[in-house]
Amino acid sequence: MIPQSFDYDAPSTLDDAIALLQRYGDDAKILSGGQSLIPMMKLRLATPERIIDINGLPGLSYIKEEGGYLKIGGLTRESDLEHSKLIQRKYPIFKEVTKLIANPQVRNRSTIGGNLAHGDAANDHPAVMIAMNAQLLATGPKETRIIPIDDFFQGFFTTALSSDEILTEIQIPVPPAGWGGAYHKLERKVGDYATAGVAVQIVLDANDVCQDIGIGLTNVNVVPLRARRSEDVLRGQKVTAAGIIEAAQFAAEDCNPAEDLRGSEAYKRAMVNVLTKRMLQRAIERAKAN
Amino acid sequence: MSNKPITINVNGTSHSAEVEPRLLLVHFLREVLNLTATHIGCDTSNCGACTVLLNGKSIKSCTLFAVQANRQEVTTLEGLAQNGELHPLQEGFREEHGLQCGFCTPGMIMRSVELLTDNPNPTEEEIRWGISGNLCRCTGYNNIVKAIQYAAVKLREAEATTEDVPMEA
Repeated sequence: MIPQSFDYDAPSTLDDAIALLQRYGDDAKILSGGQSLIPMMKLRLATPERIIDINGLPGLSYIKEEGGYLKIGGLTRESDLEHSKLIQRKYPIFKEVTKLIANPQVRNRSTIGGNLAHGDAANDHPAVMIAMNAQLLATGPKETRIIPIDDFFQGFFTTALSSDEILTEIQIPVPPAGWGGAYHKLERKVGDYATAGVAVQIVLDANDVCQDIGIGLTNVNVVPLRARRSEDVLRGQKVTAAGIIEAAQFAAEDCNPAEDLRGSEAYKRAMVNVLTKRMLQRAIERAKAN
Repeated sequence: MSNKPITINVNGTSHSAEVEPRLLLVHFLREVLNLTATHIGCDTSNCGACTVLLNGKSIKSCTLFAVQANRQEVTTLEGLAQNGELHPLQEGFREEHGLQCGFCTPGMIMRSVELLTDNPNPTEEEIRWGISGNLCRCTGYNNIVKAIQYAAVKLREAEATTEDVPMEA
């Protein structure tokens, strides 16, 4: 399949890229990894008149801890996240999510910034960012602003980014000791989008009381969903089997899965229930070991 | 909608052309350069038959525009054999009957080049995960795994032999 014709720019500085976005506005799309955008263009589900290829922008690919945050550059490739020693050692939840994204070839190109900015509820990073309470840095012509994750996903393939902004950095608050995180998605085959996916981050104190919790759901809502009722029922309480069961039940009730080839609504709700339970258990295990 | 001049190094040779931005890398390789080992299986980034190396990294060439490869290095199956000698992966697929129709094979081999570069002694599970972006309708994958294991041994042997060569005083 052949995309519709378009004009193409490959700016070499962030300022040039933003100037191009300002000039062409909604007629232009940013090309990052391209592993979601190019297939859409080949199917003519997306027909941008202009492509602004940001792969040549320097200094946007990094993974580091700084100032109390895990900071990841928007152009960081999924394969770099997957193989990062820092991630493997300290943030197993990111290793889990990255490994489940597509396949090795796609991960060599796809970027974490693109995964979030694309605004697809079926992408995997959004749920993890919700669970980790991330904030995103959007750089535009006048300033770089911080967008909390809960304000970022606004609708079907729609984020809070304006047409002249680039998602340049993802900041995840480094969790305190006693934290554990986990992500898993149920898929029909390796590399598929989620039938359902659940991300959990939990912080336990020495008495197993939940100090903080984040639960994000993948592909069971029109936007990536925070399981608020589930979080509320666990926060401030000692973790118990009953609490986990209740949280999982709330998550299954509060999501809005669409029936499709991956399953019926009832099946997907049931899977959200199972996965929420399992990810809570896994995160709690990790929290206790931490 | 203007054409762009690009120069891409493919298998060690520099090629220049003026192309539409929407020309996919796989079409550039097959139709502009006549390098037809790289196959188009699904055109939707699923099957991996179009896998080539871009600066040593395995990527799906149906999901990249040729203009994105400007001033980069691409390696296709045609670039693997050196001085008439088959690459250990090519030998492995022959010796272990790692193909039937052969359609997925170039993609499997190119993906395996990076797999074995990153992980010279992979377990069977690591190999199977490693080729999870490549689909085969014929073989059931077992002989493909054996072919990659064959090549891994050969490549490690070659590496060891090189290391054993004593330095001149």
